[in-house]
Amino acid sequence: MADHTRLARQFIEALPHSVMLGMEPQQMADGEAIISMPYRAELVGDPVTGVIHGGAVSALMDTCCGAAVMCHPDIGGGTATIDLRIDYMRTATPGQTIVARATCYHMTRSVAFVRAVALDEDTDNPVATATGAFTVEGRK
Amino acid sequence: MSIRKRPEPVQVVKQRRDAALKALAGAVPYIGFLGIEFERRGDELTGIMPFKHELIGNPLLPALHGGATAAFLEITAVMTLNWAHLWDDLEAGKLDLENAAPADLPRLPKTVDFTVDYLRTGLPRDAYARARITRAGRRYASVQVEAWQDNRDRLYAQAMGHFVMPAPARE
Repeated sequence: MADHTRLARQFIEALPHSVMLGMEPQQMADGEAIISMPYRAELVGDPVTGVIHGGAVSALMDTCCGAAVMCHPDIGGGTATIDLRIDYMRTATPGQTIVARATCYHMTRSVAFVRAVALDEDTDNPVATATGAFTVEGRK
Repeated sequence: MSIRKRPEPVQVVKQRRDAALKALAGAVPYIGFLGIEFERRGDELTGIMPFKHELIGNPLLPALHGGATAAFLEITAVMTLNWAHLWDDLEAGKLDLENAAPADLPRLPKTVDFTVDYLRTGLPRDAYARARITRAGRRYASVQVEAWQDNRDRLYAQAMGHFVMPAPARE
C-alpha cells in the first residue's frame, strides 16, 4: 500500500501541469487511481460565483484517467489520451476539494478504456463523469 | 429620401470591441492562470496559449498536458459562444462591458459535455484555437473547436461541446 502511494506521488510530481493545478495523488494501484485537487482562487472560471472552471476539472480527469492506465498490471510503458469526454452534471461547490476516481476497466493490445467520476464533499451527487480511450505502449 | 446613418469612426469601433473582449477574458481567473489570450479580426476570435513549462504533461517527450489542451479548447469554445451571443447588444450600444463590475458581466454559457480528440502530440510551443458555433439556440448551443500549432491544416486537437445558454436578462 505504501508502495502504491509512493508511485502515485512520483507520477504526479513528474507532471509540471498537474503540480501547477495543485493535484494531490491519493492512490494508484491495479488500474485504479484517486487524485484530489484542493480549491484555489486561480482555478475559478466564474468570478461571480467562485465556481471552478470546467477546464480545471478536465485536467484533473485527464490526469486521473492516465494514472489509472499507468498503474494497470498489464501495461509496460507509457500512455497518451486518444479521446476524453466529460459530462458536467453540476457546478462544484466553491471552497471544496474535488476528488477524481478513475478505473481502467478494459485493456486491449493497443487501447485502454477508462471511466472516471469527480466528487466534492456531497459524494452522492457527482460533479462530473468522464469516459476515455488511451494508447497502450508496451503491453505485457 | 431617407438619410443613412454615417458609419462610426474605425477607432471607436475597434476600441469598443477590444475593450469588451478584454473585459470578458480578464474576468475569468483560470484564463489568466493558463496565460491564454484572444485576438480578434472583426467578430472572429482566435485563442492563443503561449507555451510555458507549467503546461507540460509529459516531461520525457516533452509534450503539453492533455488537460491544458482540453481547457484551452473549452475556454475558446465558451468565449466564442459568449462573444457571438453578446455581439448584437455590444454593437447596438446596449451593453457596456468596459465599465461593468465583474459581478455585472452577463452570465456565461454552461458546459453540458465536452469531448476532446487528441490528434497529435502537443509540442512545447504556442498553440492556437478557433471555434465554430454549429447551432446557437435560445437554450442550447453546439460548438466545434480546432487547435493547431505550426500548421493550420495539421490540427493537434479538436473538440465538440454542448452548452446551456444563460437565461435572458429580465427587462
